Amino acid sequence: MMNAFYAIGYMILAPFLGGLIAGIDRKITARMQGRVGPPILQPFYDVLKLFEKEKVVVTRSQNYYVLCYVVFMVFTGALFFSGGDILLVVFALTLSHIFLILGAYASNSPYSYIGAERELLQVMAFEPMIVIATIGMYMVTKLAIPKGSFYVSDIASLTIPLILYLPGIFLGLIYVITIKLRKSPFDLSTSHHAHQEIVKGVTTEFSGSTLGRIEVAHWYETVLLLAFVYLFFSFNPLMGVIAVLLVYLLEIFIDNNYPRVKWQMLLKSSWLVALILGMANIALLYYVRGV
Amino acid sequence: MPYLKKSPWIIHYDASSCNGCDIEVLACLTPMYDVERFGIVNTGNPKHADIFVITGSINEQNVEVVKNIYHQMPEPKVVVAVGICATSGGVFQECYNIKGGVDKVIPVDVYVPGCAARPESIIDGIVKALGILEKRKEEHMKKAVEAKQ
Ligand code: SF4
Repeated sequence: MMNAFYAIGYMILAPFLGGLIAGIDRKITARMQGRVGPPILQPFYDVLKLFEKEKVVVTRSQNYYVLCYVVFMVFTGALFFSGGDILLVVFALTLSHIFLILGAYASNSPYSYIGAERELLQVMAFEPMIVIATIGMYMVTKLAIPKGSFYVSDIASLTIPLILYLPGIFLGLIYVITIKLRKSPFDLSTSHHAHQEIVKGVTTEFSGSTLGRIEVAHWYETVLLLAFVYLFFSFNPLMGVIAVLLVYLLEIFIDNNYPRVKWQMLLKSSWLVALILGMANIALLYYVRGV
Repeated sequence: MPYLKKSPWIIHYDASSCNGCDIEVLACLTPMYDVERFGIVNTGNPKHADIFVITGSINEQNVEVVKNIYHQMPEPKVVVAVGICATSGGVFQECYNIKGGVDKVIPVDVYVPGCAARPESIIDGIVKALGILEKRKEEHMKKAVEAKQ
């Protein structure tokens, strides 16, 4: 019962929270650059405006793909917040991104094509670390529950601090979350800032309400990813919230201080991080605690 | 609701500007003027843009480019011609390759004079364009309703 309540809460509140986070993000970014910056509610104005604009459609199918992207993104988050299987959450998240990529491919424009290719690479870079993270969480649940569990509800109700057992995985996760939050240096496929090299990457051919939907899906995703970070501190809610805030601040800081890298660097570094921080953490857990 | 006014996204195209006006357009984005205060974002993608900011005069080679960008922008949209070159051709008017101001190929809503136009007057021009954008939206909505009937 409680789980369904959380899931519905996520579906309703996440866009507001995500939009607010985006607004604060833009404000802090502006301050870091010595500017005044837009009002906190700016992302909402942007999206509401997009819904007022004409929708230019290149191919019919692209709208369905984007709709699937949004639906699966909401589904992924709802699954997470209802305490579902974390492995399923990870793969549903990938699935939703695949729909976005298909939508970009469908429009047949060279810019969105390159954007889609890069988005695929980003998914590839993100995947190993997040899968290792779920395995790490599973291993820690074994300490409390005899058989272990992949369920978010079990992981969240652990009283042992996850962060103490999985520090390497936590650092690795912060590294790859930069990719999903579309932050520089890993904003290859599309970004919030005006990089005009590939116009707007995956979102180039989307306009009007379709673009608005993509933006809302991104807000849902931001909240989901931050909830992932929270999971490491779920033994102490206050600490969890502080950790989430600090992680996001760090991401903004990274965003403003590092130039965009090439895809080779993205893939190599994120797999290396997964291998070194992630695997070492799991190996240590295995040998020291015997789980 | 007037959300258009609160989040105008622009696309900037350099027709055959001497680069003077371009620099001034970019100056609007710097901390000194910071147009993002008003929600103005330089998108670089015609499909996301509401305001077409164009600098420099139209030459024979970029007629098609300008038309193409204009037609790719979703309604409602406005065009702002920045600098005297964009409004009339300016000092380049008599050149063999110059067609003239932007209004020779697409309808222009706001003319920003100056050589180069100052950032203040560019911002002023864009703010003027916002009012027109609102009106466009109403016309566009009316048309959409009529089309449905
Ligand atoms: S108006 Fe002056 S500064 Fe602007 S493009 Fe023309 S010549 Fe250059």
